[in-house]
Amino acid sequence: MGPLVPDIISNEFNYLIALIMGIGFGFALEQAGFSSTKKLVGLFYGYDFTVLKVFFTAGVTAMIGILLLSHLGLLNIEFVFVNPFFVRSAIVGGIIMGAGFIVGGFCPGTSVCAAAIGKVDAMAFVLGSGMGVWAFMEAFPLLEEFYKADAQGAVLISDFFNVSRSTWAILLTIVALLAFVAVTLVQQKVTNEKADWSRANIFKTVKWSALPIAILIFIAATPTRDEFVMAKLEKKAKTGKCAPKLIDADKLAYELINNYYAYNLIDIRSKEEYDSFHIATAINIPLEQLKNLEYRPLFRQRIKTNVFYGVSLSDASRACLLARYHGDVNGLALKENADQFYQLFFLPKMLGATPTKQELTIKLFRESAARKMEEIETAVSSMSKPIEKKVRVVQGGCS
Amino acid sequence: MKSNQYMNPYLAGILLGLVLLATVYITGRGLGASGAVKSVVATGVKAVTPSHYESAVAYQDYASEHPDGTMKSWLVFEILGVIIGAFISGVLSDRIGLKLEKGPSVTNKTRIIAAVIGGALFGFGSQLGRGCTSGSALSGMAVMSLGGIVTMMAIFGGAYSLAWFFKRLWLK
Repeated sequence: MGPLVPDIISNEFNYLIALIMGIGFGFALEQAGFSSTKKLVGLFYGYDFTVLKVFFTAGVTAMIGILLLSHLGLLNIEFVFVNPFFVRSAIVGGIIMGAGFIVGGFCPGTSVCAAAIGKVDAMAFVLGSGMGVWAFMEAFPLLEEFYKADAQGAVLISDFFNVSRSTWAILLTIVALLAFVAVTLVQQKVTNEKADWSRANIFKTVKWSALPIAILIFIAATPTRDEFVMAKLEKKAKTGKCAPKLIDADKLAYELINNYYAYNLIDIRSKEEYDSFHIATAINIPLEQLKNLEYRPLFRQRIKTNVFYGVSLSDASRACLLARYHGDVNGLALKENADQFYQLFFLPKMLGATPTKQELTIKLFRESAARKMEEIETAVSSMSKPIEKKVRVVQGGCS
Repeated sequence: MKSNQYMNPYLAGILLGLVLLATVYITGRGLGASGAVKSVVATGVKAVTPSHYESAVAYQDYASEHPDGTMKSWLVFEILGVIIGAFISGVLSDRIGLKLEKGPSVTNKTRIIAAVIGGALFGFGSQLGRGCTSGSALSGMAVMSLGGIVTMMAIFGGAYSLAWFFKRLWLK
């Protein structure tokens, strides 16, 4: 599951990927005509809309591709960089860039492209952009406050408009397609070309426009792969074919105090809940992260038995089934939830006036188990935790 | 593909989109350009005035973001690729050669000065706006970043609203 860096492709090898992707980027830009300042500026005077067509097509293609890959469970968008939004600096910076575009006739990427094939004006632009960056760096102490004002974090536009990702994608795609038709008509008017209203051309346009829309409707109408897998597992569990195996609190406590090393106890609640209380030796993997690639080895190993617990038995069962789907044949779900476990052992109920012998035995067992579990937890926490995955930092942006 | 002619814009767009998609899938980040210029500037400043590089806040930030060296940045390698890729494309389509493109009513000197000023504005703006047309607008659109899309609209809106004032540079 992507992104492949850093789990499958190392950070060092990533620099080679950068070079290869750059070659593709440069090739596509040059082939599109972005190495010609006249073509670029044509956008703003209405005689050549190549830039808009290429730019929008590329953005929409990549956007739909990202949606499709994440829909199919091939790309985890949690780890994809989303540019943060700082309202004032984004708008003012954008307008200054717009001024640079119309005065200089390039943008940074296209100027490098054009300079590579020998355009002297592009070389001048590259030189200028270095000066501009340098000026910013030198003036940074004066600009810092403005630069960091109105921080909104990495907001998605779909969240901003409160629609689903696929709805936004459909809207943007329709806007792009309408823009293509409109600018083609404008360009024909400005340059006195004849419009091509032939049936073949109209058919071709409709056919190519329908393709992205069809993909997006497929994404919007079908469940994601994760949902599909979970639904399938739960259906099987309901018919009893593949119910998760359960373990109860006393049995778990018994196993922990006698052979804790044979168990991986996995707390699937949030980090905060885990930090406030967790069963001895447990590690924390929130339920929504269980599907992540880095945890597969945990499910495939056959040395320890995985035991899942969470805020409810149904969550624990889901986790257990999900683990089974990814290769965990012996996984168990704890019958009690985390709070019930805590109450049983650490806040025991007072017994009645005449407790039965069985009640007394259980009470004694739980009291000693609680003590021992605390001892084990202190002993284990001073060792290095068995599988604590480092937090992955999402990298990207223009720095 | 006829030599010397540009690719169909939609085809080129799909190609560019697939390159961007592959980049996101492999690395989890988008494409960019202005960041590489920043690396070159930081490297230059470090070489010429090392004490200033040590003391100024902006360079301190840069140095802490690039602990392995000023030029060891993803975008620097990517831009080297862009130069190679554009050159290959130029060779294939027979577009290599020293050339200066300009509007019909300006001199070469005016064009060069305008290009330097435009570059400076773009470079400055790209730092303020945290990315240029590639890193902020194009990659931002692909990942549905609100910030990226607002920057994109500001860039094109800015250029459109100023186009009339600079038409002497480009039109007859």
